[in-house]
Amino acid sequence: MIYFDNAATTAAKPPAVAETVARAINGFGGVGRGVHEASLDAGLAVFHARQQLARLLGAGDPARVAFASNATEALNTAVNGLVRPGDALVTTAASHNSVLRPLYRAVDERGCSLTVVPHDARGALDYDAFDAALEPSVRLAVVTHASNLTGDVYDIARIARICRERGALLLVDAAQTAGVVPIDMGRDGLDLVAFTGHKSLYGPQGTGGLVVAEGVDVEPLKVGGSGTHSYNRRHPARMPERLEAGTLNAHGIAGLGAGLAYIEERGVEEIGARVRALAERFERGVRGIEGVRVLGGGGDVGRCGIVALNVGELDSAAVGDALNAEFGICTRAGAHCAPLMHEALGTQNQGAVRFSFSSFNTADEVDAGIAAVAAIAQEA
Amino acid sequence: MRRKTLKAVVTFASASDAMAVEAAAREAGFPGRMIPIPSEISAGCGLAWCVPAEERDALLGALASGGLAYEEVHEAELY
Repeated sequence: MIYFDNAATTAAKPPAVAETVARAINGFGGVGRGVHEASLDAGLAVFHARQQLARLLGAGDPARVAFASNATEALNTAVNGLVRPGDALVTTAASHNSVLRPLYRAVDERGCSLTVVPHDARGALDYDAFDAALEPSVRLAVVTHASNLTGDVYDIARIARICRERGALLLVDAAQTAGVVPIDMGRDGLDLVAFTGHKSLYGPQGTGGLVVAEGVDVEPLKVGGSGTHSYNRRHPARMPERLEAGTLNAHGIAGLGAGLAYIEERGVEEIGARVRALAERFERGVRGIEGVRVLGGGGDVGRCGIVALNVGELDSAAVGDALNAEFGICTRAGAHCAPLMHEALGTQNQGAVRFSFSSFNTADEVDAGIAAVAAIAQEA
Repeated sequence: MRRKTLKAVVTFASASDAMAVEAAAREAGFPGRMIPIPSEISAGCGLAWCVPAEERDALLGALASGGLAYEEVHEAELY
């Protein structure tokens, strides 16, 4: 099997991730729920992962990192916890449904307005339109750092400057970039960053979180057990407990910590360069195949390790199935929960076949992927 | 027979702050240890750091030099 579906989840992890989860699940007590050794071990694992994430994302204080079960939960927490009835909201057509659906719900249920800034047929964001959409009345802009369909990375510092000038909060969906593209919340002025643990951070599924800049208050999506202040009717207001009601997935977070240690050891720059080199090798190879259309390429700062394509007029599902059944290559075909980006690219009927690479892929695997696409295109 | 002695007890505003102290203590060897917060200090559950009263100043010095946040310092007769 050759695994090129790393934008969905990384299948190959550093060995320490599974080893750490196994140790954790056989020994951890409740995190923040006691002072015996088993509970403190869990608490320390979570604390160290917070520190790692604060360093990775330039968040400053680790207490600003709140864990969630995935990026979707983090995005829902942020949108629901920031938006007030009647607020003006902005996003872009590159957004995943994990951004779009919470925003649509705010429109439908809270009387908010929503402007969706367009991307062109190459996937490029229209910055003039974004600038125009950021009227002073806008409270929140939710922008993806990179398209989960094309892999195009957008200039998040430029977007943050526009938001800051207009007094809007900026929530960044970093599901595809955390761990493979440098992010510095402090330097770039990002108010909130949602991340997932199981993609380029090499952690287990069921991990993710929301990083909230100092001075930004998010109303919690959930309230309940906090391990402290049990006789208080209200949930603790301080971060991170504010956004972490209930027992955390300490087993998974410990594994995420091992994934983060791998990233810290090698560096985001080095990992990003390796993944981009694999993606560029693949893109060069498939661009030379007659009938293949590579999607996107309109990012301001390159791609994050994703290359999406179509073969002639073939249904993307058929291409994805042939790659799997005939060549043992795992990709993701279809709509990728990115309906507006498919509309921008004109692929809403055909879908696309997404190849996404990780630092554990090799050049030989990439070449096998190119050969498989060539074989399918030849028969198309 | 177990006897109570005077202890200094440091409380925290959050479990995260408490974990920062636990982590620093394991690295630097602070005096004392984490305990469940005594009910005479705060009703409800939570974490607190406890040292013999005579080690109070050493603990506070270590917390200060480590830039570690805490909420209050209490003295109480504890087992």
